[in-house]
Amino acid sequence: METFIQQIVNGLVMGSMYALIALGYTMVYGILSLINFAHGEVVMIGAMVTITCINLVSSIAPGLPGSLVFTAGLLMAIPITMVLGFSIERIAYRPLRKAPRLTPLITAIGVSITLQQVAMLIWGRSPRSFPAIFGEDAPHKLFNLDVSITNIQITIIVLAILLMAGLLIMVEKTKLGRAMRATSQNPEVAGLMGVNINTIISMTFVLGSALGAVAGALYAANYSRADAYIGFMIGLKAFTAAVLGGIGNLAGAVLGGIALGLIESVGAGYIGPLTNGFLGSHYQDIFAFAVLILVLVFRPSGLLGERVAERA
Amino acid sequence: MSSFDSMKQSRTGALVGFALMAVALVLLPVLFGKGLGNTWVRNLDFAMLYIMLALGLNIVVGYAGLLDLGYIAFYAVGAYLYALLNSPHLVPLLQGTGLEWILGPSIWIVIPLAALVAGSFGVMLGSPTLKLRGDYLAIVTLGFGEIIRIFMNNLNHPVNLTNGPRGITLIEPITLFGHSLGKPLHLFGLEIPPLYQYYYLFLALTMFIVFVSIRLQDSRIGRAWVAIREDEIAANAMGINTRNVKLLAFAMGASFGGVAGCLFSSLQGFISPESFGLMESIIVLSMVVLGGMGHIPGVILGAVILVFVPEALRDVINPLQNALIDRKIISGKIIDPEVVRMLMFGLALIFVMLLRPEGLWPSKRRRAELHPKTDDIARQEKDSVADAERNHD
Repeated sequence: METFIQQIVNGLVMGSMYALIALGYTMVYGILSLINFAHGEVVMIGAMVTITCINLVSSIAPGLPGSLVFTAGLLMAIPITMVLGFSIERIAYRPLRKAPRLTPLITAIGVSITLQQVAMLIWGRSPRSFPAIFGEDAPHKLFNLDVSITNIQITIIVLAILLMAGLLIMVEKTKLGRAMRATSQNPEVAGLMGVNINTIISMTFVLGSALGAVAGALYAANYSRADAYIGFMIGLKAFTAAVLGGIGNLAGAVLGGIALGLIESVGAGYIGPLTNGFLGSHYQDIFAFAVLILVLVFRPSGLLGERVAERA
Repeated sequence: MSSFDSMKQSRTGALVGFALMAVALVLLPVLFGKGLGNTWVRNLDFAMLYIMLALGLNIVVGYAGLLDLGYIAFYAVGAYLYALLNSPHLVPLLQGTGLEWILGPSIWIVIPLAALVAGSFGVMLGSPTLKLRGDYLAIVTLGFGEIIRIFMNNLNHPVNLTNGPRGITLIEPITLFGHSLGKPLHLFGLEIPPLYQYYYLFLALTMFIVFVSIRLQDSRIGRAWVAIREDEIAANAMGINTRNVKLLAFAMGASFGGVAGCLFSSLQGFISPESFGLMESIIVLSMVVLGGMGHIPGVILGAVILVFVPEALRDVINPLQNALIDRKIISGKIIDPEVVRMLMFGLALIFVMLLRPEGLWPSKRRRAELHPKTDDIARQEKDSVADAERNHD
């Protein structure tokens, strides 16, 4: 039982990060019907820049409390990824809005390769360790059981919930959110109603990249390191989460992310005993894809997605 | 279709052109080997392999319009099949089971078998996923590719089938008419080294695959694929069994991949799951899209460019950096040539697609769609797109 709760806790932590990244995928897909393949790399850049900025801040002003240094690092990383997201859309996607559907996918792949290599030029191939700004992060015992959770993990869950709630409120209640929803329903009519579609699309990329930067920083803090290769797998998983929840649907992305985190963590914890040691926890990554395939076969629109009409 | 039209117009001209091309293709490895060194003969071999892969993927993506991001899985299936049957790896496992006879089969059996097995994997992947729309299909195929790779990485326990991340070594080269391609061949007083022999074998198979592709494209099935790509509902209404025809596209594409996998395995003599990552699938897809989807010469061009350009960059960047160090313009190796190579590859993908969204050498149909000849056609095209969109909503 205690193992089970522990796996749930780990799954929630992982799932919150997936959810934050999945939001970036799903917002872009909702508006442009485009898989922004480069989003995973934006997350990676967010993680690397945060590490660099934290090192910078703690060398300039040593002795600051860890949470303050972390916030400072994040506040430097977020604008950088925002600019990055904006430029990616501007350079690689906007000129191709009327092109065949596969073309922007190829430029997205190109952007993703380019970002990864640029990261390697700047930070090298070997992983950068996340500075130990939080001091000794001793795990807390949960409910007096043998279940532990660290401060970083609590921060991840709380921060993710706050950001997701903020985004949902923004999309539902503000003028910008209304314009985003209108654009995703019908860009042409939204344009006729006075919505500047190009600005809205740019805003979508900027917002998604900001969330991605936070997720990247949290990822680096959780695993206490990051390298130029992390973007690929985490992006893939997050995209899976977005599809699982029903792509284009914000609540779906959150649900899909958390569900994927839980499935992975519980699955990896139990696959060994269940198959009598035949399959081990290194099959963890298979869960994400197996679940994805099953969901798509039996519920192609995802958990919360609307029925998508056949392409005419 | 265009190739056949022009052939009808001037048969002799086409024959002369064909003969010249054949001579050029036969002499190519000699030119490359003498002029650029043996690495380039090897690159030529790989270009042939990637042409086969790209043509296989072209059936799925270019003809039938099904976006497949896990295509490399079929290549892996072919490669592992050949490796397991032609290396000492399975010997301890099969000892005493009476199944030792399956090891070391002739290539006349292995290659069709690889096509068959990979084709079956294609059907396996296709049958549950055919209901899905474009992007969903892309992500499921991507997941399928990753699953195959993860299994290859982990099937060394409890039964050591794939030897895990360490891969399979000591794979025997192909034996053709009693001659092993791993040894130099003496013919008419000439010595033909293994890399050259592989080139000729790959060339022959590539020709065969090009031939099959052309025939498929002009056949009833090929037209059915194009019909499905353009409008699945209309194709269905015209009496095409869309399910079976799409499955056939998956199976055909996969079988080309399986054959290429076999050849890769025998050329390398060593395979590991690392060679079959998502990046490889993406590179093959880039070849198809960059060259011009659904157009055989375009796809071949795309494959050749994406094999040669990165290799050429490798040949340029290293000496350049060394020269700069010699002249004391820079001190020490500041950049990793491998990183620069991939960086340029990424940038090239972006800019070529921005400048030519239809690919470098598109089919007439596609070019006509994207660049209408007269304003009138453009207006009609726009109207029909607007109509389609209105009906879609």
